[in-house]
Amino acid sequence: MHSHSEPGLSRRDLLVAGAATVAGSAATGPAHAQDAVNTSSMDTVPRAPVHAPVRFTVNGREHALELDTRTSLLDALREHLHLTGTKKGCDHGQCGACTVMVDGVRINSCLTLAVMHEGADVTTIEGLGTPDRLHAMQAAFVKHDGYQCGYCTPGQICSAVAVLDEIKAGIPSHVTADIMATPEFSVDEVRERMSGNICRCGAYSNIIEAITEVAGRAA
Amino acid sequence: MKPFTYERAASPAQAAAAAIQMPGAKFIAGGTNLLDLMKLQIETPAHLIDVNRLALDTIEPTQEGGLRIGALVSNTDLAADARVRRDYGVLARALLAGASGQLRNKATTAGNLLQRTRCPYFYDTDQPCNKRHPGSGCSAIGGVTRQLGVIGTSDACIATHPSDMAVALRALDATVETVKADGATRRIPVAELHRLPGDTPHVETVLEPGELITAVLLPAPVGGTQIYRKVRDRASYAFALVSVGAILQHDGTGRIALGGVAPKPWRVEEAEAELPNGPRAFTTRLMAGARPTRDNAFKVALAERTLGAVLNEARG
Ligand SMILES: Cc1cc2nc3c(=O)[nH]c(=O)nc-3n(C[C@H](O)[C@H](O)[C@H](O)COP(=O)(O)OP(=O)(O)OC[C@H]3O[C@@H](n4cnc5c(N)ncnc54)[C@H](O)[C@@H]3O)c2cc1C
Ligand code: SF4
Ligand code: FES
Ligand code: FES
Repeated sequence: MHSHSEPGLSRRDLLVAGAATVAGSAATGPAHAQDAVNTSSMDTVPRAPVHAPVRFTVNGREHALELDTRTSLLDALREHLHLTGTKKGCDHGQCGACTVMVDGVRINSCLTLAVMHEGADVTTIEGLGTPDRLHAMQAAFVKHDGYQCGYCTPGQICSAVAVLDEIKAGIPSHVTADIMATPEFSVDEVRERMSGNICRCGAYSNIIEAITEVAGRAA
Repeated sequence: MKPFTYERAASPAQAAAAAIQMPGAKFIAGGTNLLDLMKLQIETPAHLIDVNRLALDTIEPTQEGGLRIGALVSNTDLAADARVRRDYGVLARALLAGASGQLRNKATTAGNLLQRTRCPYFYDTDQPCNKRHPGSGCSAIGGVTRQLGVIGTSDACIATHPSDMAVALRALDATVETVKADGATRRIPVAELHRLPGDTPHVETVLEPGELITAVLLPAPVGGTQIYRKVRDRASYAFALVSVGAILQHDGTGRIALGGVAPKPWRVEEAEAELPNGPRAFTTRLMAGARPTRDNAFKVALAERTLGAVLNEARG
């Protein structure tokens, strides 16, 4: 394996583990990239874990990691960088507990690979504010009791901050009545835009109040 | 998840060539469908080709007056594009009706088109499924089929294609642009991209091994009233039971594609002649040959009513 460290690579970066993985399966012939049968036939080939280097910035700090290629961004944050604020709920994009911002955009960190984020700028709940200097959204969640157990809360807060940015950026939503008009803050807009964050405790109405307060302050 | 090697593609042609050189290779774009399936070992690629750094993330005007949407344009960016909102409202609306804000930020145009079915038995690796394991049987037939397809299905598979975006692209007569492993490029109408299951439900598209989607082409705008109406079990963040993508003109003509009912966006051009005769006449033609199950027969009636609601909305 060759290593690389510069972010934003332009050359072809082939990260191959032990020769065994590739050489051992080379005899099976051309892969059918779109063909489920062929990919499942790969199951018979024993495969060793593959590690690859990746560098990205989290909450302003740069990290250089050597990770199993299978590591999700979520697991990299939690297990390798010990930033356990970001939560794992479903691990399948269904709950939003793992929401973080990557290059200013909210995503589900469970459904993306860490190695795909070379050079990225990641912000987690720990990067939004600190216990003595809370982000306005964190403070509003506390004030309005926007949680019960708190498990979904980091994801809710990251999402909420991004939702206000998305409205400001003019991105329409499913409930925006006039798709050509600039969307405006409303409770309906927030409900729709926050639908990717599930709260098992059902703190939704307080969450909406917290977001509404921050939106009012920001306006 | 099974281990895999990983590379970042340098160019579309290189990505396509690499995809047939490396056994068990797959492209990864947003990863929101592929990784979901890899975690469940429904997909087990031995090699991932990350196409995210290919410069395929812009929306450009075409000489024909349409738009060329790069394969990697995110669902959010596509829905927010002023030209798309103005001239292709059905597409913007379909995108916004899909998934969640977080997912749309990651999901790409090509990945959305190629997302795989949400059939619950396809996801349950303990159950036989002809799509997952050809020849193992279809657990859905005779099982719980409320979400599944009513038309275009076969005795081997009754799954639906879950994409909302694809329904709009079908109504818009969009075309997919690709590059093959040998470097040749071609254009495939969205109408012909997805295959009906027949005896081979695991073969879902006409794409060749290694073929990379580089763009989606929209023809020049056709105007009209453009509506996307999605009926689902909750108001947001759920797949369609039935959806209607419609482009309706003042003279009563129009183009309609349905989602949630078939293995591909369902459109029958000949049926559109029936549109002036009302939703029943049109739906009867559109759904001719439907083979619903006891659990999902409601989808045929729901399609007609949803279409009726869309026609009413268009009339204002
Ligand atoms: C909880 C949840 C809810 C959802 N709800 C909806 C919904 O309501 N409506 C809806 O439409 N969708 C929904 N989705 C699906 C979502 O839209 C798709 O996961 C997404 O569009 C896939 O895009 P991607 O870029 O992440 O694809 P990936 O996961 O990266 O790829 C998907 C497939 O496409 C292939 N591929 C990717 N790019 C290319 C290319 N350029 N050329 C050739 N092959 C390529 C990959 O190899 C893979 O096989 C939902 C998903 C989740 C997890
Ligand atoms: S309907 Fe298709 S995807 Fe679902 S179990 Fe049957 S074969 Fe598999
Ligand atoms: S843990 Fe990522 S969406 Fe649930
Ligand atoms: S506060 Fe418990 S899940 Fe939301």
